[in-house]
Amino acid sequence: MEITVTLNGKRLKAEIDPGELLLDFVRRQGCYSVKRGCETSNCGLCTVWLDGTPVLSCSTLAARADGREVTTLEGVEKEAAAFGRYLAGEGAEQCGFCSPGLIMNVLAMERELSRPTEEEIKEYLAGNLCRCTGYMGQLRAIERYLNERGGETDGENG
Amino acid sequence: MFSAREYVKAKSLEEAWELNQKRSSVIVGGMMWLKMGNSQKGTVIDLSGLGLNTIEDRGEEISIGAMCTLRQLETDEGLERAFNGVFRECVRHIVGVQFRNGATVGGSVYGRYGFSDVLTCLLALDSYVELYRGGVVSLEEFAKMPYDRDVLVRIIVKKDGRKAAYVTQRNTKTDFPVIACAVSRKGDDWWVSVGARPKKAERIQISGAGKTAAQLAGEAAGQFSYGSNLRGSAEYRAHLAEVYVKRLMETLEKEEA
Amino acid sequence: MERTAKVVGSPVMKKDAMALVTGKPVYTDDIAPKDCLVVKVLRSPHAHALIEEIRTEGAKKVPGIVTVLTWEDVPDKRFTMAGQSYPEPSPYDRLILDKRVRFVGDAVAIVAGETEAAVDRALKLIKVKYQVLEPVLDFRTAKDNPILVHPEENWRSLCPVGADNQRNLCASGCEKDGDVEEVLKRCDYVIERTYHTKANQQAMMETFRAFTTMDTYGRLVVTASTQVPFHVRRIIAHALDIPKAKVRVLKPRIGGGFGAKQTVVAEVYPAIVTWLTGRPAKIVYSRYESQIASSPRHEMEMKVRLGADKDGIVKAIDLYTLSNTGAFGEHGPTTVGLSGHKSIPLYAKAEAFRFTYDVVYTNRMSAGAYRGYGATQGLFAVESAVNELADLLHMDPVALREKNMVKEGDYMPAYYGETAASCALDRCMARVKEMFGWEEKYPVRDMGNGKVRAAGVAMSMQGSAISGLDVGSVTIKLNDDGFYSLMIGAADMGTGCDTTLAQVAADCLCCDLDNIIVHGVDTDISPYDSGSYASSTAYLTGGAVVKTCDTLIGRILEKGAEYLGVSADQVEFDGKRVYRLDGSGEISLKDIGNRAMCSNGYALEATESNTSPVSPPPFMVGMAEVEVDLETGAVELLDYAAVVDCGTPLNPNLTRIQTEGGLAQGIGMALYEDVTYSPKGQVYENSLMQYKIPTRQDVGTIRVEFESSYEKTGPFGAKSIGEVVINTPSPAIASAVAHATGVYVRELPITAEKIYRGMTSR
Repeated sequence: MEITVTLNGKRLKAEIDPGELLLDFVRRQGCYSVKRGCETSNCGLCTVWLDGTPVLSCSTLAARADGREVTTLEGVEKEAAAFGRYLAGEGAEQCGFCSPGLIMNVLAMERELSRPTEEEIKEYLAGNLCRCTGYMGQLRAIERYLNERGGETDGENG
Repeated sequence: MFSAREYVKAKSLEEAWELNQKRSSVIVGGMMWLKMGNSQKGTVIDLSGLGLNTIEDRGEEISIGAMCTLRQLETDEGLERAFNGVFRECVRHIVGVQFRNGATVGGSVYGRYGFSDVLTCLLALDSYVELYRGGVVSLEEFAKMPYDRDVLVRIIVKKDGRKAAYVTQRNTKTDFPVIACAVSRKGDDWWVSVGARPKKAERIQISGAGKTAAQLAGEAAGQFSYGSNLRGSAEYRAHLAEVYVKRLMETLEKEEA
Repeated sequence: MERTAKVVGSPVMKKDAMALVTGKPVYTDDIAPKDCLVVKVLRSPHAHALIEEIRTEGAKKVPGIVTVLTWEDVPDKRFTMAGQSYPEPSPYDRLILDKRVRFVGDAVAIVAGETEAAVDRALKLIKVKYQVLEPVLDFRTAKDNPILVHPEENWRSLCPVGADNQRNLCASGCEKDGDVEEVLKRCDYVIERTYHTKANQQAMMETFRAFTTMDTYGRLVVTASTQVPFHVRRIIAHALDIPKAKVRVLKPRIGGGFGAKQTVVAEVYPAIVTWLTGRPAKIVYSRYESQIASSPRHEMEMKVRLGADKDGIVKAIDLYTLSNTGAFGEHGPTTVGLSGHKSIPLYAKAEAFRFTYDVVYTNRMSAGAYRGYGATQGLFAVESAVNELADLLHMDPVALREKNMVKEGDYMPAYYGETAASCALDRCMARVKEMFGWEEKYPVRDMGNGKVRAAGVAMSMQGSAISGLDVGSVTIKLNDDGFYSLMIGAADMGTGCDTTLAQVAADCLCCDLDNIIVHGVDTDISPYDSGSYASSTAYLTGGAVVKTCDTLIGRILEKGAEYLGVSADQVEFDGKRVYRLDGSGEISLKDIGNRAMCSNGYALEATESNTSPVSPPPFMVGMAEVEVDLETGAVELLDYAAVVDCGTPLNPNLTRIQTEGGLAQGIGMALYEDVTYSPKGQVYENSLMQYKIPTRQDVGTIRVEFESSYEKTGPFGAKSIGEVVINTPSPAIASAVAHATGVYVRELPITAEKIYRGMTSR
């Protein structure tokens, strides 16, 4: 079947299998930032935005993205780099395999919650597993990023 | 690998119902569980074009469309006001925000899963299920019905003045519950629902006149059967149910006072 | 030229960081050719069976299927998948596919096809007739069991590790110093306890994967998510029975390893497909496969006997470890050793020790290497026993340790007879006590709401590389304009060694970090390195960087002197230029690099290898505060404080992250990560839905500091960090729970139900 999707700002028509998962579809389109870490909706590595909302692309049919906007890390590269610098500044990207999914959810959280507390951050990001860092470095990076960006006027990435 | 022959975004409930009469068809909610394993489906039916993704306060009751996400249950202000945050409490431990942005209330309730927080919580309230052909049935009845090929349209929760509270114990914060307990109260009437036993949630109603929370909890927890799985034994669950039902009752008593 | 730490010790960003955080396609599956055949493995539903008949005609007829391989199609030469130096201590007990299957999930057939759908269909069409055999499932009954896991005649053990396949023994042995029984008899207190740890999964986010192609020269090119590229080359050659010269291994970015990828779990399957068909092939393990057919931690049961005098001086330690290697022996003979070598030496006052062990085959998933490598298990046992001893003596477990702990200069008979040349364990204890608030939190505080808070402590040590065995090598080249290429054979698996090794080089060569480019592993190009395991990279390969820089500087001086028309002893190098000591002339590094590209017969590059006669242990202390609900047993980790002595931290950010990450894994092992089996031998925890690694809500607050000793044999005083950090949570948390409830949970994980049962049975 054919779908029309706006992927990272670009409208495209594509032939898909009716049972195809959004994760496989976006990787097929060259969005390799999107990773598969489990088959059970637990890890958050495959997080993308569907109409701006973070979802698990492993649990979303590509067919359901028809007529909608899909955003992967490739589509928010500038913002990803801006937060990514904080993450890397702590060494908290480590192996990096979970970073794209985490970053997509951090950026979604930034849009959804104003000035989240530590507990709110942990709860919002609980669905993003990481086996390398023990999460503390990620938390330091997120808090610094939110604090330091809080002083900025909404601009280039807003 | 999950596979499907055909995907149809239904244009009407009638179309969805008709397509769903074939055994190889399936209505897809959030795809959380459906995509696991090697299931091969004929027609995948998507209800997302039917406007079933809203939570409406109708005065006497709140209507929750089948395609509402668990995240909507968590963040909806009307639900928060009407039921004292119990919905937020019941879903916020489910995997993660992205998961709850995908998983649907309809999928969760239709599945009648043993681990379902949503079912456990809804059962403690005066809840109903609207089926396309079957009409409105109480959730308690629906929970016991065999799986059929009807279409779950929405959930209705009556605002009958019950105060409810919810708690679970989990091995990790976002794991399936070892036990899930919901208690509601109106005057001397108490409704107690216990899920993840590990069998699916059931509800009982008891009268609380002249009894302490501990007595009531013992009485209530004793009416359920418990089983064992990876997350806990039957005996442990029975114990937990009693402890948590008692605590929820005490919480509600405090709120009343 | 004086060597001062400038870049070393600074928290620089990893060289690959921005590529990772912007999601660039740098991992194995991202860079695999699009025309790779999809390779999958048919797996045994039985724990023990013989394949009587296997029919593949139906599967082969599926459109798009290119090959279906069974035991009849693979070489009959046994090998090991353990990524260890040759001759491997792990027995040669594997075939790529075997007629006998030895655990639920063991490989039965390999299918390769053009699409995943075709391969999935073909897998279902393979008809296997099994002769189901009785399995050996309980590792306590495996030794000398009449049922043999490896009865085959071509089973081989290459090293004297006490292996005997006719007894289900993968290894066995005994080490001792002094007369343990005699000392125990003289002790005022003797306790004997048994502890049990499970076959935990590394659960790195990137599952096992590799792709293979044939190159222009008819050689097999293996691109693998591995920690051990050079061992992969040898193991693939052994498995396929082809010359090593026919194999090239490349390592791209790795999505975590933690030891899992020190075993060649998946590489052989696409390799044999490509070798036989000539076509590119790829395997990507599902999480399910990674959970049921991989290389988890060795399950161990450890009996500890501790003897102490009435003052709490530990006089004797007697440890017996029973280790379950599962169906195959990967890392079996070596992991068990660490359960004693890395626990007993912490107690320097002991007059005698004995360490006895058996490693047994069972019909379970084969175990492998997991961060800590046996030390984690041994330290859970010994540190827990010490905590129990302290409780028995009504002595603060910190005070007891302060009386007993190994100190700098102490001889360690149980640690290969080495001396603790650098050891700040005492300072670690003092500092963690303060930052944790031990005095206020130990032993227990009633919170007045049915909950209590309590504290526990544990110490840990590990090694830094395998002494007298591991090799780390690097090559450094000076290029035009004066930039350097650093070629390493050690595998950066996210840990950041590409960066930390470049930091060492930058300080040795007195240049900016950006002046050094790093080339990761390609076995055709990189100098030989044993690989990234055994906590070796920073220490051993870091040492190789220092040596290589020294040699290269010598060559730069030679060349610079030549260009300046003097002899080398009349010039000096400051990182930017070679200058005459008399001040009469100089030549910049840039000019040397450029000039050397013409009319030059003297290569400005150097390669050095490094090995070490010692394996200096890093040390640490961890303290846990838990809150326990006395009615339910529910336990919550509130605070985890740790202070580490890893010598000089080469990169404080990366050392900190290593520590925090290792602690989180240790916390997972302590509290959440269970492994249980069906009566038929299937693992129940076969997904991340059932095998619960901690989320960010499950690790409490982790706080880390460093108290550095200076290790003279390490680069800039560095020791290792990667493994020592996983060992303290289990014993510290178990002890905190015991202080809260009186319940000693001696089998991991420490679940609410176990605590509740303990409380009710008291």
